[in-house]
Amino acid sequence: MEAFLNQLPIGLSIGAVLLLIAIGLTFTFGQMGVINMAHGEFIMAGAYTAYLLQDLTGRTAVIVALPVAFLVAGLMGLVLERLAIRHFYGRPLDTLLLTWGVSLVLQQLARDLFGAPNVQVQAPAWLQGGIASLPYNRLFIFGLAIATVVGVWAYMNRTGQGRRMQAVMQNRQLAAVSGIDTARVDRRTFFIGSGLAGVAGVALTLIGPVGPALGTYYIVDAFLVVVAGGLGQLRGAVIAAAGLGLLNSYAEFWTDASLAKVVVFAAVIAFLQFRPQGLFVLRSRALT
Amino acid sequence: MNLARLRGPGVFAAVAVAALVVAPLLLEPFRLGLLAKYLCFAIVALGIGLAWGQGGMLVLGQGVFFGLGGYAMGMHLKLVDARGDLPDFMVWSGVEQLPALWKPFANPVFALVMVVLGPMLIATALGLLVFRQRVRGAYFAILTQALAAAFVILLIGQQGLTGGTNGLTNFYDLFGQDLAADSTQRGLYVVVAVVTGLLYLGARHLVNSRFGRLLVAIRDGEDRVRFLGYDPALVKTVVFALSAGMAGLAGALFVPVVGIISPALLGVVPSLELVVAVAVGGRYALAGAVLGAVVMGYAKTTFSEQFADGWLYLQGALFILVMTLAPRGIWGLASSARDALARRSKRPPAPAAPPADVPGGRIMEEVR
Amino acid sequence: MSPMLEVRGLSVVFDGFRAIDGVDLTVREGELRFLIGPNGAGKTTLIDVITGLTRPTTGEVVFDGRDLAGLREHRIVRLGVGRTFQTSVVFEELTVAENLDLAASFRRPLWSLARRGRGVPDAVAEALETTGLKDLAGRPAGVLSHGQRQWLEIGMLLTQRPRLLLLDEPVAGMSKDERERTGELLTSVANDHTVIVIEHDMEFLRRYASQVTVLHEGRVLVEGSVDEVRDDPRVQEVYLGRRRSDAVGTGT
Repeated sequence: MEAFLNQLPIGLSIGAVLLLIAIGLTFTFGQMGVINMAHGEFIMAGAYTAYLLQDLTGRTAVIVALPVAFLVAGLMGLVLERLAIRHFYGRPLDTLLLTWGVSLVLQQLARDLFGAPNVQVQAPAWLQGGIASLPYNRLFIFGLAIATVVGVWAYMNRTGQGRRMQAVMQNRQLAAVSGIDTARVDRRTFFIGSGLAGVAGVALTLIGPVGPALGTYYIVDAFLVVVAGGLGQLRGAVIAAAGLGLLNSYAEFWTDASLAKVVVFAAVIAFLQFRPQGLFVLRSRALT
Repeated sequence: MNLARLRGPGVFAAVAVAALVVAPLLLEPFRLGLLAKYLCFAIVALGIGLAWGQGGMLVLGQGVFFGLGGYAMGMHLKLVDARGDLPDFMVWSGVEQLPALWKPFANPVFALVMVVLGPMLIATALGLLVFRQRVRGAYFAILTQALAAAFVILLIGQQGLTGGTNGLTNFYDLFGQDLAADSTQRGLYVVVAVVTGLLYLGARHLVNSRFGRLLVAIRDGEDRVRFLGYDPALVKTVVFALSAGMAGLAGALFVPVVGIISPALLGVVPSLELVVAVAVGGRYALAGAVLGAVVMGYAKTTFSEQFADGWLYLQGALFILVMTLAPRGIWGLASSARDALARRSKRPPAPAAPPADVPGGRIMEEVR
Repeated sequence: MSPMLEVRGLSVVFDGFRAIDGVDLTVREGELRFLIGPNGAGKTTLIDVITGLTRPTTGEVVFDGRDLAGLREHRIVRLGVGRTFQTSVVFEELTVAENLDLAASFRRPLWSLARRGRGVPDAVAEALETTGLKDLAGRPAGVLSHGQRQWLEIGMLLTQRPRLLLLDEPVAGMSKDERERTGELLTSVANDHTVIVIEHDMEFLRRYASQVTVLHEGRVLVEGSVDEVRDDPRVQEVYLGRRRSDAVGTGT
């Protein structure tokens, strides 16, 4: 029973990280039809940001790194969007391949800059330990995700920028003729989504080492969250991320680590039999 | 007109002669083995060209099927080498009895059938489950990628069954032939080249038939095809299964040629690399897919021999360039150039007509 | 004789919005029926339900004695119900003849499609003739004009020898000449097929329609001959504020 309970914070914190990653993916996918494989490298960039800040700030690096990583990863996303991706809007398969090329380059760059071996980021002392079977670091990640969801929700529903973003996501042409600068909205979405991946990267330094391939371990699962949650759906992403995170950790618990991913994959396929478009769907009458 | 008609078969014959006669005469065994390896990739690429270029299904997990074929072959070779005992790696991992899964692979016919049938069955099951639910486009691509990721983790974890990270290696005997002998490797090369050629012709026939036109129609307007009374899910499943079968066969050929099959050869990255190769060669032409696989295979060997790390930069950069500047790949560039030359030599001011044989700028891809 | 198509008590609700609200419709074999109604009347939704694109919330659609509920689109086509779309969709990469050929081959088993086909099937030759697209047979469908695309779509339907044709605004956006030719095509098609046409163009309606069903806010308002419908006060009320001659807007 205790072992069973131990899995809960693990599953929820994995879900929380997946959510931070998936929010950016689901919005860029839903709004612009872009599948960004380099999103995983924004995670990596966020994690290395925390690593670098360690020299300056010591063990509070993780906290200081949260806003810095958001900016760093966000700017990387912005540059990528400006230079390459915007020429490929509405062609998700092409963006997937294009950004994979970018992802390769960024990973190699990280290897050249920071070396191939993994590095560690020291967590602040007050994040070590825990209450009962609840480690503080995992609680922190969980809290971070909740704060992010609240923030993103408020941004989307309580600010003009956020409402414009929703308008573009629901009907780009209509939004454009209504006088919304869609290119600008796209840039913002990209910036925020990429920035959140950077935050996820900082969170990951609390539960494991940092390496050039960090992003590749999470990007596939994060995409599954997008698929199961539904395009551009915050609610869907939250539920799907929690579900996949828990399923991941309990599948590992009940079977073994090597079978867990197969179980998760089978579960997603089974889920799609009932909800082929994910949990939540934007309806449209268009014939593709 | 007649000459132009003969050009395709003419080029094919010339390539066939070069591959079957010239290459074995000129190349030293090591290089010939490399060429055989690239041709194995070319077979996978052919399947990708069929599924993605013609059918619009971006398959990011062909490594899974390549692996299933490769492991089926590897298991058989291991059992032959073990001569009734346990394969060496099982002894090392403390396995005491041959697992039930392995037993039937001692039979060469069963192993060879499974090489193709295994991948096709899995692809059929997955295809029916997702295509019937109209899961497509990027969703399908992501699912195939997730499958590749899960498959690799499974292989690594089941050490006693699969050899773990090391995979299956150290093969000595191929159907009674000494695998290390030059003559065996030469023979293997010829087999691989002939299989590649036959599959190319088969795939080409398919593309030029009504079935091929139906496939293109589904790529460009799946929902419209339904209202013509066809079931797109069925057609896509068939093509996905065919591409999986090709990848399986390629994996099985790869094992004796290269001497190893391991998870590192078939995960997310190797699967994507082959898709990239197809894009570089030209996704809308089967010959482009084959060309891309051979060229990228060669480039990878050559560059990573000299500067290992630089290759990743180069591959990434090359790919970004191809996607942005030449989405139809080398083959597309070549055919545009040829058309331009032909126009220039015929009638100087002729208005440019889009080439009819390859999809032009308008690439319709569904979000889902 | 039992009717070819019978729609009974049909309702379709989208997220609380009743697009169709208790529609009954009976179409007999050989009939040419026009469906009209203002924007949002539910005309296209009705066709979507008949062809399986949209699921009915309640009610049933019986074609030739068979309930179509829950059948997938291609099954319904195989029973003999064909349709066109408001914005015609043809396969631009394929030639006109290939488009027709693809449509004509839909009853062949899948494996036989992989055999190399030689020559032009009779149905394709006939459709090229009927639609007047013979000279364009070898051109990619992508180069066709708007009108030619609609004819190609109708031609594709004809090669399938459907028992019931559903045409969604076949003359929308067409020039006067094109409308004329479409009308002729429609008349010849209606000779030996059962046809339901959604159309807005009143002049077209007057020239080619016999039986008309008027939909309004998801219900059947009136049914009858063109003259009866035109003189019905309820129809006039629905279209109030607009001149009757160019009464209805576009799209549904």
